Amino acid sequence: MLDTQSIVQAIAPELWLAASGLMMVLVGAIAGERFNSLSYKVGALVMFAAAALSAMHLQGGEAFNGLVKTNTFTNFTKVISFTLAGVAIFLSEGFLRRHDISRYEYPLLMVLASLGMGITLSANNLMTLYMGIETLSLSSYVLAAFHRDSARSSEAGLKYFVLGALASGMLLYGASLVYGFTGTTSFDGLAMAGESVGAMFGMVLMIVGLAFKISASPMHVWTPDVYEGAPTPVVAFFASAPKFASLVVFANVMFTLFGSVMDQWQLIVAIVAGLSMIVGSLGGLTQNNIKRLLAYSSIANVGYALVAVAAGQALGASALLTFSTIYVISSLGLFAGVLAMRRRGGMVESIQELGGLARRQPVFAIAMTVLVLSVAGLPPFGGFFGKYEVLRAGIDADLVPLAIVLVLASVVSLGYYLRLLKVMWFDEPKEAFERVDVTVLGTVIACALVAGVVFMIFIGELGTGGWASYAASGLVP
Amino acid sequence: MGGFPILTAMTFLPLIGALLIVLVRAATAGSRAAADDGRQNRAILMASLIISAATFVLSVAAFLSFDATQPGYQLVEQHAWYGPISYKLGIDGLSISLILLTTFLTPICLLASWNSINKRVTEYVVAFLVLETFMIGVFTALDLVLFYIFFEAGLIPMFLIIGIWGGKDRIYASFKFFLYTLIGSLLLLVAAIYMIQAAGSADFEVLEQYAFDPGIQTWLWLAFLASFAVKLPMWPVHTWLPDAHVQAPTAGSVVLAGVLLKMGGYGMLRFSLPMFPDASAYFQPMMFALAVVAIIYTSLVAWRQTDMKKLIAYSSVAHMGFVTLGIFAFNETGIQGAIFQMLSHGLISGALFLIVGVVYDRMHTREIAAYGGLVGRMPIYAGFFMLFTMANVGLPGTSGFVGEILTMVGGFQAATWAAFGAAFGVIFSAVYMLTLYRRTVFGEITNPHLEDIKDMNRIEWACIAPLAALTILFGIAPNLIFAVTSGATGRIIALMAGGQ
Repeated sequence: MLDTQSIVQAIAPELWLAASGLMMVLVGAIAGERFNSLSYKVGALVMFAAAALSAMHLQGGEAFNGLVKTNTFTNFTKVISFTLAGVAIFLSEGFLRRHDISRYEYPLLMVLASLGMGITLSANNLMTLYMGIETLSLSSYVLAAFHRDSARSSEAGLKYFVLGALASGMLLYGASLVYGFTGTTSFDGLAMAGESVGAMFGMVLMIVGLAFKISASPMHVWTPDVYEGAPTPVVAFFASAPKFASLVVFANVMFTLFGSVMDQWQLIVAIVAGLSMIVGSLGGLTQNNIKRLLAYSSIANVGYALVAVAAGQALGASALLTFSTIYVISSLGLFAGVLAMRRRGGMVESIQELGGLARRQPVFAIAMTVLVLSVAGLPPFGGFFGKYEVLRAGIDADLVPLAIVLVLASVVSLGYYLRLLKVMWFDEPKEAFERVDVTVLGTVIACALVAGVVFMIFIGELGTGGWASYAASGLVP
Repeated sequence: MGGFPILTAMTFLPLIGALLIVLVRAATAGSRAAADDGRQNRAILMASLIISAATFVLSVAAFLSFDATQPGYQLVEQHAWYGPISYKLGIDGLSISLILLTTFLTPICLLASWNSINKRVTEYVVAFLVLETFMIGVFTALDLVLFYIFFEAGLIPMFLIIGIWGGKDRIYASFKFFLYTLIGSLLLLVAAIYMIQAAGSADFEVLEQYAFDPGIQTWLWLAFLASFAVKLPMWPVHTWLPDAHVQAPTAGSVVLAGVLLKMGGYGMLRFSLPMFPDASAYFQPMMFALAVVAIIYTSLVAWRQTDMKKLIAYSSVAHMGFVTLGIFAFNETGIQGAIFQMLSHGLISGALFLIVGVVYDRMHTREIAAYGGLVGRMPIYAGFFMLFTMANVGLPGTSGFVGEILTMVGGFQAATWAAFGAAFGVIFSAVYMLTLYRRTVFGEITNPHLEDIKDMNRIEWACIAPLAALTILFGIAPNLIFAVTSGATGRIIALMAGGQ
């Protein structure tokens, strides 16, 4: 007997996304090409509505005999992720139209990917978790290869698919080991089950699979290639909404499913975090393609976020939310900035192409500067407070060596962030970029304002002690 | 005193002014075709001058409502902000004197840029005004995280000033400046977070009273030193300074030497001594050794320089060695002397960079060998140059003398050998400064381009004359400064004694 009200309370946004996605398929099948231009607005509105639905049911609930369970922690994540996905859909239209690949399947795939994010976040069972991750991943593979005529895009999609399938396999194998040794797939049951060697083995495999999804080192190798090859608006999406959702899922699995055996996984997560920070900061130094550079930057930032996970639930959960929210907003803004780099009808991706941007397009350059500094974690911009929270959680959990790795990685990675600033501000100007879409420029500026300024002034209300703590309080140990 | 938040107003006035300039500039950008129109540039510079002058007036007003006889923090403004972190501003004798130095030097820097900066003037004045906000913020903040934010945020405008308006190797110098300073500051951040977690508050007054475990103090002290040693700078982490100074535009060098270096000394007096007294005492011999090495070694290095700015930069490192010596003497004479030396060095080295800028603007070279015989063509210039040369050497009657003698007396009381070593610095400073002066000002004119060089113009007069007046005034009447700083000095010493 289905209790409709509790189902709605638990997973209203996913129901809405599934229904809207199916409706979009239907409309697309009937209307065909005519639906193409409208579909972006519809897709974005669907995402914003899903975000609003998540906000309305922030407390969450449990449904389908505990297959799904949501709380403020996951619903807060949904609000942010769905909003960013909506913005990403808005951003994409101009790019896709110019490359003659504007089709209604694109926003549809983003909606379905977001459905996958939502399900992953709501999962309270290994089966649900895997189902959500696969929905997200399969949509992502297709999105990465969406520019069918471009060899790079197809290559990116294929690489992503092959490696992603391997990671999914590991995750599934890990999940089956965990099930085999504990006899349950429910998170609640697993949290209660004691330690056993087999289950721990499964846990490690699951960490490997999840680390691939968040592009943490040493499972990061796909990231620069996929970021470079996939169409830029798709990367803007990858680097924001799913990145945030996957990070929170990672934390959710660690904190709830394996919360009782933290001493078993803390060191693993700490090593993964340290490696990601080192690889991300060193790897970016020699990159000349801005998308590859931002890919390494995202690897490093995932490392910082994992410091918060390794710090444990007490301070880590809210630190993770604060840090990741600011980071993904900045990241979306930066990729929107890459979208604006267009000359003579083609996209340019070399860092040198930004030369002298400050003189040609000062507003754009200032917004990009704020975003770069925010991602770099320099005060006074929002990113600093994210990093501050992570450091605080790390130091509080006695992970001082990891905190020092974080600090040193920040300095090293500043080498490439400063290079971006140098090119924009010090170099002689190149010719101006072609006229930037209003949506793109608007996104860059809005992201810079939110990540740089709003999070600086209202960090007390938004960070730990404010919204982030409220959201993290949903994670009842 | 409630009511008008004068410290907030003083700190953020330059920032607001910078935003206004940007807005006005954006609004009028369409009406003018030429981006680098000369008259418009002058108008922008004039606006920034007015803003920085108003900031100076506000800081004087803050100084007037400040009671120098009270040792604690005054004019405190506090608002809850973020967990244990609050927006808390306040001043004591130490900070108000450095604030006055900052607000006094900034208009001079902008005025000195009147003719020398001709490209991207809007960005230039905006960077300068934003930098001024961060510099004042460093000295007014009474919250550790707020302090850190101001401390590190100041790197960004300075990075732009060196990188955009600097000399030939400006990009190398700006990166070196940024990365050197940042690595130190981030270690400070880790230590700061640890302290906040331990004490439950980021408030200076709470942290000063909190007794950190001596073992922990050592690590915290070293983390803070990493930041302040780079900033001050101390040997052997001083190598960013000559590069930054040489490449920075004149005004950038002035503010770098005048204010940014003082943040290192300020930090030691504000954090290292009162908050970690045991560790400070433990590391005293090391700090003395580093100070003496800095004084002797960098003086000798300065002697061998062929670039005027580089010479003054190395001389700055040597003079900051006296500051370290004075601070770690832990007695009133030493600390008073260190504060005095910081203020006096801010005036003198700022003036020396302006002096170099005067001839650089005419000749576009800083090579000492390219000059000689200036006295015949530029008598007034030679007079001012002489004054600041003597002040830098530490001639009695100039402010340079007071700072050096007091830090050495303070150092002598704590460790005779340190004062003995430092005394060599006084001799060497006479050697390199007089060599510099002789080779540029006296002698025959060997460079034909110098034949028709003009003496100082009115703007250069207006920049340098006030500095000269203050150098002499504080040299004759040092009590003007001691009266302001004695309360803060006494408080630092009392806090140290309380901790041990």
